[in-house]
Amino acid sequence: MRLLIGLLLSFVVAAGIGLGSTWYALTQNLSFGALELGPWKGYPRNGTVGIDPYARAVIARNGELPVGSGDGVAFTAAADDSGRALDGRCDVAVRGTTPPARYFTITLYTLSGQLVANSLDRHGFTSQELVRDASGEFEIMVSPRARPGNWLPTGGVDSYVLMLRFYDTSLGVATRAGREAPMPAIRLTRVCQ
Amino acid sequence: MIRWLLWIAGGLVLGGIVHLTTIMALPRTASRDAYARLASLVPVNGFALLPAPTSESSILPFMDPAFAVAACRYDLAKGPVKLTVPVSPAYTSVTFYTRYDVAYYAINDRAAGRRSIELDLMTTKQREELPDDEEVTAADRLIVESPSLTGVIVARALAAEPSLLSAATGALRAAQCKQQ
Repeated sequence: MRLLIGLLLSFVVAAGIGLGSTWYALTQNLSFGALELGPWKGYPRNGTVGIDPYARAVIARNGELPVGSGDGVAFTAAADDSGRALDGRCDVAVRGTTPPARYFTITLYTLSGQLVANSLDRHGFTSQELVRDASGEFEIMVSPRARPGNWLPTGGVDSYVLMLRFYDTSLGVATRAGREAPMPAIRLTRVCQ
Repeated sequence: MIRWLLWIAGGLVLGGIVHLTTIMALPRTASRDAYARLASLVPVNGFALLPAPTSESSILPFMDPAFAVAACRYDLAKGPVKLTVPVSPAYTSVTFYTRYDVAYYAINDRAAGRRSIELDLMTTKQREELPDDEEVTAADRLIVESPSLTGVIVARALAAEPSLLSAATGALRAAQCKQQ
């Protein structure tokens, strides 16, 4: 009888810990080998056969196809420079330069990877579309209300992520630090609505 | 008391095994992974254009709206597959994924460097079976080895401005992925 209760206890603990930690790893997106450049996080290894099992599980569950390493690298930002989660009711400026790449695109998604409805039908910019200043820097205004210049509408959603994808770039698994890769800063410019 | 702690410790170890097993097994058991999502739209050994993502629907999450995308599900069981993707004006890339969504090879138009990206996809065994002389004469032919019998090839063409989308889509419409 004691043996039976003991076994049962073991199994309950095993199921709880095992499945609980798997669920946690999947929903919290615990992947290893992130390349962190300011608020931007990239996983260049996810585009290779060296992808780690956690990233594979997350990708399979979400139904994504990662950007292949011979194609480019994707970076995601879910927070601004000071660590506040991006809120679609606030005005956020993405300003700066980018690492060398033949093209890049910046796109706004909901947390689950869907585009956000807006009157302009604009969901992002390509490097060719951006208006730049004399020094070659660009500024994208991510805002619920129309702004002059590079306006990326948020549609007023509670939370969103920005995805910056570099195509045909030397950035990749071998990139180590921010010095090699200047990324644009993300700053809250005005109070939220 | 000690006995109960031992049972709990045993449970923890077993829990670790359960955790690792479920993480490792998940890619093979996920019923809504990218391959499954594409299965209804994309033929075997043939390209199909994927509908552009909108705020209402997108076949896969995090699709880049600046790109026209075509996909081909390949099956190498009956022989190698020959791939031809015309290069669009801005930027074109081809990425190969296994059946379980691992990107094992990607090439862009610069690396291919012609008017179209052309290559042969085959398994390691099929490559070994290639006659030697053929391999010599076809030295300029690019051969990609697939680690799995089935998988997906995704061709992406960038529309650097919205007005260039039709040119990008046009290039992909002529993409081919055929059994040899």
